Amino acid sequence: MKRIGLDVGSTTVKCVVLDEDNRIVFSTYKRHFSKISEMTSELLREVYDNTSDSEMYIAVSGSAGMGMANDLHLPFVQEVYATRNAVKKLSPDTDVVIELGGEDAKILFLTGGLEVRMNGTCAGGTGAFIDQMASLLNITPEELNILAEKKEKVYTIASRCGVFAKTDVQPLINQGARKEDISASIFYAVVNQTVGGLAQGREIKGNILYLGGPLTFMSELRKSFDAVLKLEGSLPENSLYFVAMGAAFSSAAEVHNIKDLADTVENYSARGGYTSCRRLFENEDEYEKFKARHKKASEGIRELTEPEDEMYLGIDAGSTTVKCVLCSESGDIFRPFYTSNSGNPVPVIREYLINLYKDYPDIKIKSSAVTGYGEDIIKSAFHIDYGIVETIAHYTAAKKFKSDVDFILDIGGQDIKCFKIRNGAIDNIFLNEACSSGCGSFLQTFAHALGYSVEEFARLGLFADRPVDLGSRCTVFMNSSVKQAQKDGASVENISAGLSTSVVKNALYKVIRCAKAEDLGKNIVVQGGTFLSDAVLRVFEQEIGHEVIRPAYSAIMGAYGAALYCLKKFKKKGRETKLISLENLKNFKHSVKAITCHGCENHCRLTVNTFGEGDKYIAGNRCEKPLQNAKGITSYNLYEYKNKLLDAFRDLPFEEGKPTVGLPLGLNMYELLPFWATFFNTLGFNVKVSPRSNRKLYLKGQHTIPSDTVCYPAKLMHGHVEALIDDGVDAIFYPDMTYNLDEGLGDNHFNCPVVAYYPQVIKSNVKAIENVKFICDFIGLHDKKQFEAHIAPILAKHFGEISKKAIKAASSKAYEAYEKFFCDVRSKAEEFMDIAEKEDMPLIVLSGRPYHIDPEISHGIDTLMCSEGAVVITEDSVSHLYDKFRVTVRNQWTYHARLYAAAKFVAEHKRGHKVNLVQLVSFGCGVDAVTTDEARSIIEESGKIYTQLKIDEISNMGAVRIRLRSLLSAAADRND
Amino acid sequence: MASKKPPVDFTKQMKKEYTIIAPDIFPTHMELLQELFKMYGYNLFVAHYEGKEVIDTGLKYMHNDMCYPAICSTGQQIYALQCGDFDPDKCALIQFQTGGGCRASNYIWLLRKALKNMGWEHIPVISLSLTGIEKYSGFKLTLPLMLKCIMAIIYGDMLMLLKNQTTPYEVNKGDTRKVIDKWIEELTSQFKKNKGLTPKKFRENLVGIATDFAKIKLNKTPKIKVGIVGEIYVKFSSFGNNGLEKFLESQDVEYMVPGVLGFFQYCFANIETDYKYYGGSKIVKQGGKIAEYAAAKIEGIMLDVLKKFPQFTAPAPFSHIKELGEKVIDRGVKMGEGWLLPAETAELIEKGYNNVICTQPFGCLPNHIVGKGVIRSMREIYPNANIFPIDFDAGASKVNQENRIKLMLSVAQEEMEK
Repeated sequence: MKRIGLDVGSTTVKCVVLDEDNRIVFSTYKRHFSKISEMTSELLREVYDNTSDSEMYIAVSGSAGMGMANDLHLPFVQEVYATRNAVKKLSPDTDVVIELGGEDAKILFLTGGLEVRMNGTCAGGTGAFIDQMASLLNITPEELNILAEKKEKVYTIASRCGVFAKTDVQPLINQGARKEDISASIFYAVVNQTVGGLAQGREIKGNILYLGGPLTFMSELRKSFDAVLKLEGSLPENSLYFVAMGAAFSSAAEVHNIKDLADTVENYSARGGYTSCRRLFENEDEYEKFKARHKKASEGIRELTEPEDEMYLGIDAGSTTVKCVLCSESGDIFRPFYTSNSGNPVPVIREYLINLYKDYPDIKIKSSAVTGYGEDIIKSAFHIDYGIVETIAHYTAAKKFKSDVDFILDIGGQDIKCFKIRNGAIDNIFLNEACSSGCGSFLQTFAHALGYSVEEFARLGLFADRPVDLGSRCTVFMNSSVKQAQKDGASVENISAGLSTSVVKNALYKVIRCAKAEDLGKNIVVQGGTFLSDAVLRVFEQEIGHEVIRPAYSAIMGAYGAALYCLKKFKKKGRETKLISLENLKNFKHSVKAITCHGCENHCRLTVNTFGEGDKYIAGNRCEKPLQNAKGITSYNLYEYKNKLLDAFRDLPFEEGKPTVGLPLGLNMYELLPFWATFFNTLGFNVKVSPRSNRKLYLKGQHTIPSDTVCYPAKLMHGHVEALIDDGVDAIFYPDMTYNLDEGLGDNHFNCPVVAYYPQVIKSNVKAIENVKFICDFIGLHDKKQFEAHIAPILAKHFGEISKKAIKAASSKAYEAYEKFFCDVRSKAEEFMDIAEKEDMPLIVLSGRPYHIDPEISHGIDTLMCSEGAVVITEDSVSHLYDKFRVTVRNQWTYHARLYAAAKFVAEHKRGHKVNLVQLVSFGCGVDAVTTDEARSIIEESGKIYTQLKIDEISNMGAVRIRLRSLLSAAADRND
Repeated sequence: MASKKPPVDFTKQMKKEYTIIAPDIFPTHMELLQELFKMYGYNLFVAHYEGKEVIDTGLKYMHNDMCYPAICSTGQQIYALQCGDFDPDKCALIQFQTGGGCRASNYIWLLRKALKNMGWEHIPVISLSLTGIEKYSGFKLTLPLMLKCIMAIIYGDMLMLLKNQTTPYEVNKGDTRKVIDKWIEELTSQFKKNKGLTPKKFRENLVGIATDFAKIKLNKTPKIKVGIVGEIYVKFSSFGNNGLEKFLESQDVEYMVPGVLGFFQYCFANIETDYKYYGGSKIVKQGGKIAEYAAAKIEGIMLDVLKKFPQFTAPAPFSHIKELGEKVIDRGVKMGEGWLLPAETAELIEKGYNNVICTQPFGCLPNHIVGKGVIRSMREIYPNANIFPIDFDAGASKVNQENRIKLMLSVAQEEMEK
């Protein structure tokens, strides 16, 4: 009897029929667009038509197949298990299987202890991710593959999460990087995600088998895997059908009448067992009233059909879209324009301008301004007069619709921006840093996946009877929630309404994090492309419980604000516009070259854009070094100073013949290096400090990271340890430290769990550690006497007896060195603060933890701040100025006690708004879920602006710069 | 560590009038603890609320990157205040606090912040800690109360232990449930009469419990054996782990969950290790040793009783669990579940429960070290270990979790058939 294997995946249904000799007699696959039962029954009928057997064995597998199998009492085979069965039969000498699917990524280690790794809560690096990236570039996944063949260089794209990757890709697009290179970089990101996220400490080697859709269809993806893994994996015949075949092979398969089964499946509709949330509109009438009310909001501003005498141009080069508009002296709108930037905003804007000049040869544009991600490149390309921060642009526009606006919420393609306004100045800014859930592009991707345009899709939800409650978390999670809802029989209408609801909930509870809707404000203006959807707007009003203003030109508010801004500037200064002429537009040329900057050890990958008249625009730089005419840059940077101090410990005297102790410079070693280096040096050891971090160092240790959600600073530790091992040191000293030094600022002096015990992770997971003496005993430095007593037996264990006297002497010197390090840092900080005050420069206390001075971790945020004209000091350079004071959390970590003290320092500083705090938060730092709110409340109680920057492997500074410029401009505003 | 005054005291007057709302952490145990506290004059109420609204309440008032247990447990408590079942002005909240280096030590502070946001700053939040981190005029965890808590916990552990060993094999479905219901009723009614917590009665009751379980008719067909370890909240709370136990029941396997007592013994044992590694107060160390000794004594009674019922698999004495842990990870790792987690995993594997689900909240800091961080070492020591970490989170989908567990079970099935 023949055997059917059915693989119901997250996006497709695949089916194979095997004969008695296990040969495939029929196979097919279809995208199911969530219509799982229809597609499955269709497939079964096809099977019947093609084989004409009525009875066959059948088993179901696949991530979306479990529910159906359960309900219909069909045998179910777990999909990874199915894969494994198939591989065992068809390709028995395989060591490792890498299988990527629509929303799944898996690695199976078959030899040397069976292990299966699946993506858990993170869907980064899957087919869905590739689709999303392709749609961001406005091409098909197939085209992505073709483009990648012609790559010249690979950019770093964060691989930890699809959302992050997107934040990296977008600026590359805006900066004009070649699509070929971006495409290739996306594949590398997938590879890194799979290797880093799933292999978790196990090396991928031996015979590798590639399976699943993306790896079957994309040759470049396979090549990227080969390149990163330094081997050649193979793509077997029927690589798409391994899961289905595994199911067919399974002994669990049962005999069914296929025709009957097709009918049963078709009639099967899953139980409507999902949780629902509030309906959007009860009836048409309610909807009509709603529409009429919002139409009224924009009555004061007309849309002109012909230009007036003097016009002002505003451009918003956003993350996924380009918006342009002209406005008249009275603020009326002309030729609003909104389109996807198709991966490169330059030609889109060029075309807009050319058409404008063509249609209205006599138009007089008096001034122009640009805002948004692409501000710099557009400004250089078209000689725009002003570049302004997005925040200011949006506020300017919103004021026009509601003069007493106190809250603006802008939801765009992949970013959410909220500004609170107090006393006519921007008071607070929230941006989504790490998460794009709750943004338009998610809705868009989803709509497309279900085969609708985004407008159609949103409309479907307006009258849904039972909107699915999808929760308010990451989009990646939402993907699986939707999957579950589909399984539970939710209709497309209800899913659409549910998605609109979670977009709003994410914005409110995840990004803005408001507890009470009243906190937002009374006069709220909502805007951005996502609010074009009536469904989203409706949910928002329902959720906050009162009415808001949506300007009719909701999608182009940034551009409109820019236009109003240059209008105001022109009226004030009357400067002649430099805007590019029609002639130059026609001859406009734009070429892009990728180079590596050798200005410093960051080795930034730069993209150099050259425009028609030889204008250049450089992007991708972390500092201003490669730019020639940089001005207003300060060099008062305590991060740099601390790094220099630490570098001194790399040059301690080295004597042949003495044993060498290696110190991995990561996590808490960043602060304790002066201590341990001095300690061992005084005891007569050579001291070797691991090299400075960089991407390469990270990749060196990546394969031994057991937990993909741990913070980046911890992940880097693996590379540091590997580097020391390669260096051939005799021992690596990296002690476990539950406690930190007690600075008397808190109720306890713990390290966070990761800092405290990471040596244990290194011990358990870095295989090469066996080749060296790894000293990871438990030790505390908070009590000198105890330290001396406890370190003695530890040293004796590893190096033989050392005299008490020698230990005491070394310990004294070590504590001195530690003190001296802090003295130096603090007196330098004082010096900087004096200069800042004397020269009236803004001072920023860039608060993180000791390891945040690592440029690979903070990505040069410190230098960026200096380039914006600020003086930068650290939290630990001012925390000693305060005694212990009461905070409203349990103050038990030494590093964070410093943060609270630094926040107080800023809050109480006599220079007022000239002194601000910016907190660096490493993604995955659970402790900061506690500390950020506390730091925020200390800062905000003083009427200042709290700014938090989330950092991960990301290396692009676009969003950071907006935050920073907004902060400095808002602070300057307040000072006036 | 000196006790501190809390922002809002829990007064003697409040003890008389107020309901103290606790999160539902350990399903079986909490019912017993509730009665025990009532016996001591505290009107404790375990907030059994579940469902989406409760999670949403937690998400609304907690930082969303806070760990999932914080969101669930404070969500339950705030929901209790909001849902109208109580007069919020006559309520206090209680949370367990170890005072360790994990962020869980901050739950009570975050709860206080949430209450402040809601305009309920005056509601007292009690920290239930072994070391007495805060001091209240109307609430104190006295030594006798603490010892009785341990007994109540052992009752709970015993019921859970035996329930897990009989349920999958029952001939008549529901027999086990009947025994549990009977004993919870029996024990709480004993507590109400101030009985059941003397050593003698304690032993008697444990014998009674075991005898009743032994009477349940079983059909001992071989089944896959699964162990559950993990972060303490998502390990025990069905609300926190999406009904993990129920799902396992539907998969026709036997599962074992190491008891609650172990966590307390672990906390006691850490005091001595701390002294060994970092020095400090000898008195504190001595206190820890005494507590550890007392717990071992009470634990000993249970183990002793279980010896007479060889048909049941008894847990290893804590002293043995300590030794097992030592092989995998240093005992100095004491934040969160610390070394206890790998130690319990090792014990489960030794007992034949080598398919282990390691439950953890998404982004749990200690679990980077003691969960995912040690799996590699674990496999080196126990090559047959089939360990699966499962993340729990407000947004994590049940399908994904169940899918992973099914995979684990498939591997287990194959091993069993070998």
